[in-house]
Amino acid sequence: MNAQTIIAKRIALELRSGMLVNLGIGIPTLVANYVPDGIQVYFQSENGLIGTGPVPEEGFAHPKLTDAGGKAVSALPGACTFDSAVSFGLIRGGHVDMTVLGGLQVDAAGLLANWMIPGKMVPGMGGAMDLVTGAKRVVVAMQHTAKGKPKIVPKCNLPLTSARPVDLIVTEMAVLALSDGRLKLMEIAPGVSVEQVLAATEAELEVPADVPVMPIR
Amino acid sequence: MKRISLEDAVALIPNGASLVIGGFMGVGTPERICDELVRQGKRDLTVIANDTALPGVGIGKLITAGLVRKAIVSHIGLNPETQQQKIAGTLEVELVPQGTLIERIRCGGYGLGGVLTPTGVGTLAEEGKRKIEVEGSEYLLETPIKADFALVHAMFADYTGNLRYVLTARNFNPMAAMAGATVIATADHIVPVGVIPPDDVMTPAVIVDHLVANL
Repeated sequence: MNAQTIIAKRIALELRSGMLVNLGIGIPTLVANYVPDGIQVYFQSENGLIGTGPVPEEGFAHPKLTDAGGKAVSALPGACTFDSAVSFGLIRGGHVDMTVLGGLQVDAAGLLANWMIPGKMVPGMGGAMDLVTGAKRVVVAMQHTAKGKPKIVPKCNLPLTSARPVDLIVTEMAVLALSDGRLKLMEIAPGVSVEQVLAATEAELEVPADVPVMPIR
Repeated sequence: MKRISLEDAVALIPNGASLVIGGFMGVGTPERICDELVRQGKRDLTVIANDTALPGVGIGKLITAGLVRKAIVSHIGLNPETQQQKIAGTLEVELVPQGTLIERIRCGGYGLGGVLTPTGVGTLAEEGKRKIEVEGSEYLLETPIKADFALVHAMFADYTGNLRYVLTARNFNPMAAMAGATVIATADHIVPVGVIPPDDVMTPAVIVDHLVANL
């Protein structure tokens, strides 16, 4: 299983029926492919849709039914559409139960940086600042390291996305949760040791005596 | 009479004008107006919109043609030309969180002096802004945005200029329409009065100044 699949499958286990969920672009989008059987969630696209469905069958795409990347999607029964003020009212107003976003860095206090690398890459924050500030639960989906360098650091040196800490970080190596303001190692990926996780992490982690393996298949 | 030709509509827009434009990654953007802006070679435009789409799509065409001096947007990650022009210094880009941008445009059109949002507190987005505490929480005062022209695109317009958007092509359009001193609309279908039921009108005709004739 590749890194992205491990991350997406593990995050999908956080879904509960009835949730309104916003997935960012990149790895987060893949979470929709692994919704567990029997679980029904509403996916929001921040361009104005609740009930985002899979890519439509050939010939069924509508040019005005798209995701936040501008790609054609379908809409599931019960879907609704709205303008951007409503869409961000849902986000800032605490009506989104869970958001899954990519990350460049997360620090020991759970703060996320994911919208710019000064002097290099400035894609813009899009909806990320609103999502991290307003969603009930914020989950970061990212690879544990970038070109061998840890992305989970004592303090972010990239510009922050929000002053609000994230709740859960899922990488291809581990699941980390913010507990009493500190990062705690919750699970390790199959075939990965606690020592390997610690070696790939710069931030200090609380490590329980027993760390279970991610329940993914 | 609101009917106007595409050429005449775009001729109303002077060089240096500010434009608030509907659309999200080109979906719901008045594509024909973008094409005509390029054809007429407008310059030094300020564009206020969610994003700059992709090269060859909607606002992306204005970027490629070098018509834009300043862009106030939430995201440019999918248009490498916008990033290149920003890095080269030929295009000024003001990045605004998406939920803040739509509220600033809404304030501009709705006669409000600004909005208080928690988004951006403790980040680079708070630079130069007033922080106001309300009931123990910190907010940023975000100021209204208005523009000389609003350029919007609907699925349906009736002869009087009532507009109805559909699906995810609504996005910024209703708020943009309110925030332009002069409002120019295009529509996929121009239909008789009554075809759009009153309850389905999303932008009232009274605020649409010009409805561009279809071919």
